[in-house]
Amino acid sequence: MKLPLSWLSDYTDMSGITPECYNHALTMSGSKVEGIENIGDKIQNIVTGKILSVEKHPDADKLKVCMLDVGTETLQIVTGADNVKPGQTVPVAKDGALLPDGTKIKKGKLRGVESNGMLCSYEEIGMTKEDFPDAEYGILILEDGLPLGKDIKEVFGLDNPVVEFEITSNRPDCFSVIGLARETAVTFNRPFNVKTPVVKGSGDDINNYMRITVDEPTLCKRYTAKMVKNVKIGPSPAWMVKRLKSCGIRSINNIVDITNYILLEYGQPMHAFDMSYLEGNEINVRRARDGEPMTTLDGEEHTLDSSMLMICDGKKPVAVAGVMGGLNSEVREDTKTVLFESATFLGSSVRITAKKLGLRTESSSRFEKGLDTENTYPAVMRACELVEELGCGEVVDGIIDVYGTKPEKVTIKFEPERINEFIGFNVPTDEMVKTLTDLGFTVDGDEICVPTFRPDVLCFNDIAEEVVRMYGYDKIPSTLMDGDTTVGIKTYGQQIEDRVKNTLVGCGLYETLVFSFTNPNIFDRLNMPADSAKRNAVVITNPLGVENSIMRTTAIASMMEVVARNENFKAENVRLFELGKIYIPKEGEDLPEERRVVTIGMYGNCDYFDLKGVVEVMLDDLGIAKRSFEPEKENTTFHPGRCANLVAGGRTIGVIGQIHPEVSENYGVSSDVYVAEIDFEDMLMLAKTEKTYKKLPKYPASQRDLALIADEGVLAAQIESIIKKKAGNIFESLTLFDVYKGNQIPENKKSMAYSLVLRDENKTLTDDDVNPIIESILKELSAKLDVTLR
Amino acid sequence: MKEQLLAIRKSAEEKLVSLTSLQELEDVRVSVLGKKGELTQVLRQMGALSAEERPIIGALANEVREAIESALSERKTVLLAKAREEKLAKEVIDVTMAGKKPEIGGLHPITKVLDEVKNIFLGMGFSIAEGPDVELDYYNFEALNIPKEHPARDTQDTFYVSDNVVLRTQTSPMQIRVMEKAKPPIRIIAPGRVYRSDAVDATHSPVFHQIEGLVVDKGITMADLKGTLEQFIKSLYGQDAKIRLRPHHFPFTEPSAEVDVSCFVCGGKGCRVCKGEGFIEILGAGMVHPDVLRRCNIDPDEYSGFAFGLGLERIVMRRMNIDDMRHLYENDVRFLKQF
Repeated sequence: MKLPLSWLSDYTDMSGITPECYNHALTMSGSKVEGIENIGDKIQNIVTGKILSVEKHPDADKLKVCMLDVGTETLQIVTGADNVKPGQTVPVAKDGALLPDGTKIKKGKLRGVESNGMLCSYEEIGMTKEDFPDAEYGILILEDGLPLGKDIKEVFGLDNPVVEFEITSNRPDCFSVIGLARETAVTFNRPFNVKTPVVKGSGDDINNYMRITVDEPTLCKRYTAKMVKNVKIGPSPAWMVKRLKSCGIRSINNIVDITNYILLEYGQPMHAFDMSYLEGNEINVRRARDGEPMTTLDGEEHTLDSSMLMICDGKKPVAVAGVMGGLNSEVREDTKTVLFESATFLGSSVRITAKKLGLRTESSSRFEKGLDTENTYPAVMRACELVEELGCGEVVDGIIDVYGTKPEKVTIKFEPERINEFIGFNVPTDEMVKTLTDLGFTVDGDEICVPTFRPDVLCFNDIAEEVVRMYGYDKIPSTLMDGDTTVGIKTYGQQIEDRVKNTLVGCGLYETLVFSFTNPNIFDRLNMPADSAKRNAVVITNPLGVENSIMRTTAIASMMEVVARNENFKAENVRLFELGKIYIPKEGEDLPEERRVVTIGMYGNCDYFDLKGVVEVMLDDLGIAKRSFEPEKENTTFHPGRCANLVAGGRTIGVIGQIHPEVSENYGVSSDVYVAEIDFEDMLMLAKTEKTYKKLPKYPASQRDLALIADEGVLAAQIESIIKKKAGNIFESLTLFDVYKGNQIPENKKSMAYSLVLRDENKTLTDDDVNPIIESILKELSAKLDVTLR
Repeated sequence: MKEQLLAIRKSAEEKLVSLTSLQELEDVRVSVLGKKGELTQVLRQMGALSAEERPIIGALANEVREAIESALSERKTVLLAKAREEKLAKEVIDVTMAGKKPEIGGLHPITKVLDEVKNIFLGMGFSIAEGPDVELDYYNFEALNIPKEHPARDTQDTFYVSDNVVLRTQTSPMQIRVMEKAKPPIRIIAPGRVYRSDAVDATHSPVFHQIEGLVVDKGITMADLKGTLEQFIKSLYGQDAKIRLRPHHFPFTEPSAEVDVSCFVCGGKGCRVCKGEGFIEILGAGMVHPDVLRRCNIDPDEYSGFAFGLGLERIVMRRMNIDDMRHLYENDVRFLKQF
């Protein structure tokens, strides 16, 4: 909402208040000032001057040399304009003058002739054709008789700071000059006065010409109308044009301008109908019929439906209620009789209609917030007062006022002590009463009556806010809560999350954060089968674009995108992780299941075993010892020979492997990429992070190396499982330190060298203890896996 | 024999003076004191001596042996020291050459700052609550006094999954979820992702993070809200930081405030960064609306509370001098390695 500060003087005393001081004070009392504009600040040293003489320039055909009386001195100025004549009064930019576009005027010579300034057009002093519809091209010729040397800002009232407010949705009353004037007056503790409009009238009775019915009293809470006859359409006076313009509204003609003026002054949208186009001498407020056509006054054709409220005459819709009038009944140059509408429509209904029609107007944006039904009467009376003041018509006596249910009187208990307890400091009761009264509330004993223009005030908290915002938020002291102390501690899950992140950072990985929504094409890019359950995702109905249109069901795609970006940036040896959510739709439930997953990605100087090592370190840290990595050949996102499912707690909790080269290609990645995606919630369930001390060994260990020959297809996990089982409770550790294929090893076989460490807690192991165990291991390996000693 | 012994001693002592290596020293020891050494050879002839001569020569022989042994040992100490010195001299390195850094990774800057914020509130007795990103319209809007067709919905460009399911536009639904389950005293923060239909640019992202705060107890005041936020801001930005509360409107708090913090660049004097204001808006806050409390079966006549919500990205960007929000979600390792 834009507001010229000068307008406020109609209702309160603005003397001595600078724009800066106003800005701060209103912001701190709850009406946030977005900014202040003053074209006057950008104009300097431009004054009125009288042209004494006009001579031709000796050396230039198109230039003229003028002598000007600017009050204090006579100046010689060269101009190129054709429309200057002696005797005219014109705006003169003197030496050192500043124009609103930032130009500085300096004296100098034009083709050898001294020029001590510039004569100005209306554009050069920041005005428009609208301000001077009759002005000819060239220098702006001012009215005769202006004092000479007078600052042009005073002549046109250009020193006019306009404040732009951010009005919050709870304060529709502040979408008006009067509302903001009230806030201003209370903020500065100054008097506030709105005159009751006085309409002389011209006899006759509106009821002789018009009948108004409202079919939908819930959607149209009040419909008030006055009639003006013998209308003389013409331009509005300069003061009105200027005020409208300062608020960003273009002048149309006197009648339309009056409705807009009331919109600004009272915050009450109005409409003026040309009564000669209203058929059947009646207005009927009803819902549109489905499919009913209508052309609004902006010339747009619309198809209506029954959710929309219409203002209709005896036959057809003539306005979309609260949104825009119809082209068929708009006020024109030849309009003779006008019906002023001043009504209250239900905010939500106007909002929906405006949205459906794609028409958001000054009117609809006010109605949406819910307007005061009590405002329609003074607003329409003020419009009539202005009609008489401007002499643009005769106001017919009588009024039509269809008023359904009057708003219920809202009263709130006045509890000054409770207010003080609630805000945490003491405001004297009489100050509370004064503030509330000034704001329009009535305080009677322990009862506060809320004015109808404040529908936002409904309860104790609202009253407390009125008091504290006017008393000053800056006076609130800082205290800390009394009462029971509470323990601030992270939950187990939060601690585990921190722990996983720290472990992965310790492994040299960098944490990434990515968007939670993604492109539905990821499933194809990841080579997922057409029937993959992961393709079932939460779909956003109004996405920014297809690339962000589903909630991700896997984090691998995000990781691949990050990998691709980094490879593209020529980063080498990249190691990354992410701990984020995936979103799994749940049959029959509104909300998906949100599961956290840990995703690791790496490329460069690394292989599958580097990745697996990181995963193992993480699992070790979480105490998830019982786990296995089972070869997985069916997962089409991964290399069929380099992929494993991580199995723990009896189910698959993750997948790890080298990304399938085809998938890498889909992402434009040329490196081998290693990725693991592990369900965090599963890890959380399985984690055993409580650690207890285990006695340090007293007796030495016995170490044996086993060089084995196995078929290529035999898995290390199979061999290791047998060794562990057979070693029983004296097993300590088993390390595979060499794998070899080639010379001296039969074809399709491999040599695997293990170092096995055995230890007995209670004694030193002898060969007699160890040998039988080794024998049983070898026997079992041979029997089960056809593995032999090399 | 006496002459022989003295000659051995003299010769040994002369050799010791001239020799330079431990090996030579060992050679001398063997040649003199070894089984076939000169001294040993001489002592073997002792048997041929008379009873009178034997003790005299014996004593002399012992004296000579001791003298040689002591000289050997002395010389050995010198040589060892010399050898160590030479070794050390050979082992000189250029200590200004780069160290071998172990590879450790790093947390994302958002995580780092969030951890800082969490720790401040944990220290004040707050717990950390978490909730879903895909949220019921009821929690995101209706329970927060924002019914359907409320104009406040305009300011939050919402992603919809269905008529009653949205991507949460704020972390405030966590207020409701927490109050539905827990009874006062409640002190929580709820950090999380929020979603708004804003195209990506240097200052906007359709996904970003907020941190919600909620305190509900008997006798909670607006002064408590201010005091708590002041404590938080001072912990985050230093003891000189000041806060300023301005009246504002949020549907689910009343009274409501926008909270500014004194400008980090100019300290409140006014500069380009704070547009001459001296303050920068950092969060929204207010006293929990009684209707919101009532909806969660908390009696507003008995309990009161405050809530606040702040955007994490803006704090991170200012703290780390990041000029473009897109960096936070692009995960360029050249960026990630800077923190």
